[in-house]
Amino acid sequence: MQSLWSLLSFGPEGWGDDLAYGVFVTVSLALATLPVGLLIGFLVALAKQSREPSMRLAGNIYTTIFRGLPELLTLFLVFYGAQIGIQQVISIISPETKVEINSFIAGMIALGVVFSSYVSEVFLSAFRAIPRGQYEGGYSVGLSPRQTMRLVILPQLIRIALPGLSNLWLILLKDTALVSAIGLTDILRQASIASRVTKQAFLFFGVACLIYLVLAIISSFGIKAIERRVGKREAAR
Amino acid sequence: MNASTGTVEKVQRPPVPPRGWPRKRILGWTLVGLWIALGLGLVAYLISAWNPALFAKYAPSYISGLGVTLSLVAISIVLGAIVSLPICYARMSKNRILGAISYGYVYFFRGTPLLAQTFLIYYGFGSFRPQLESVGLWSFFREAWYCAIFAFTLNTAAYQAEILRGAIESVGKGQWEAASALGLSKLQTLYKIVLPQALIVALRPYGNEIILMIKGSAIVAIITVYDLMGETRRAFSRTFDFQTYLWAALVYLSLVETLRHAIDWIERLITRHLHR
Repeated sequence: MQSLWSLLSFGPEGWGDDLAYGVFVTVSLALATLPVGLLIGFLVALAKQSREPSMRLAGNIYTTIFRGLPELLTLFLVFYGAQIGIQQVISIISPETKVEINSFIAGMIALGVVFSSYVSEVFLSAFRAIPRGQYEGGYSVGLSPRQTMRLVILPQLIRIALPGLSNLWLILLKDTALVSAIGLTDILRQASIASRVTKQAFLFFGVACLIYLVLAIISSFGIKAIERRVGKREAAR
Repeated sequence: MNASTGTVEKVQRPPVPPRGWPRKRILGWTLVGLWIALGLGLVAYLISAWNPALFAKYAPSYISGLGVTLSLVAISIVLGAIVSLPICYARMSKNRILGAISYGYVYFFRGTPLLAQTFLIYYGFGSFRPQLESVGLWSFFREAWYCAIFAFTLNTAAYQAEILRGAIESVGKGQWEAASALGLSKLQTLYKIVLPQALIVALRPYGNEIILMIKGSAIVAIITVYDLMGETRRAFSRTFDFQTYLWAALVYLSLVETLRHAIDWIERLITRHLHR
């Protein structure tokens, strides 16, 4: 029997390189989802705090749906739904071609819509924490609504929303584990394969859990650094 | 406070909403129209794909799946609440070792994905089969259902301990001091003074935790527990009919929405004395 350390080593014998590739996939999926989710979440939050009732309604429907569905179900809806939908569109043009949806893209879309609906709630409560006077002050010094948003509101908004957003980032990192169910080779999938081959399930799933913990610890260091920088800017004002 | 407003001659009112069709309103109604179109499309698809044979075959299994989901969540939330009490106690105690152990527990279960924890327990504990067999626990860890309950209980206990701790700490220190000045014991203070105030704060996080568990419980389908998601996956793998997923989505959505409104209602009910 091989020793446990050699199983985790890099190279043809060990599974270290496979796990490392899984970490790469997990991290890149989370990092790719982050900007998309933040942007959509911000736009939805803008719609939800708008004075126009129809905009509020449209934004609220978005959040209600994607916060109410299990993440795994959203993932399957996107993965199979898009596959079937695109297949039907393409079969009109050429009936022979088979469509395969990239599971990375499907994971990104599904995690992105879920993440953005939570982000929009965080931004919305941050919007509500900013007093009206800030907008009025911006207008009274002659800034356009767009400039007021960019120069006056947004810097404060980010500072208020940062703790909530960093929480959501940690949740996003954990939610990426779900993509192993649609065959993307993330940390958990690599651990499953390794444990099936080597029969050392506890070792590999334990290592997978530890890797997620390490990622969370690294992120919280990063978040602290960002918070310090943002806080410093506030002090300098 | 409001008595003086009667004498104020000019009251500032919010600006009247703009008339006509500004750009925002057009965009807003376009988006609402898009949602309506999507909803109608969904209804039209479900009607056109309506298949009585499929419905008769899988509707009962969906209902039993829903039962499995609900009982899984109910059992793990209740067990988790019980387990969370000692963890919360340890987390708030001044004892360094207890504090470190409970912090590690909470950090581990909140920092790793629920799916990974479930795999660790269901597949991972299988590595210790001889040892588990010798202590007679193997029949417990062999069943996916028990493993799911075990994993979910440990996971939700970590979250609930933090909710409880936050709620108890939100009650001011003066409350404890006043109670001890009146001669109440620590336990009496906790039961009669602190917990009634803390549970109002904790209600919403607890409700959110239940909702998160309902959504999170979908992952047990991956370890072959036939909850609502598991039945859906089974139905889809047999029929390749996409409406199986849509029905599951509708069920989950209405479940979560009902629960959310129920929590809102309870919160309004128990905070009546705080509103004026």
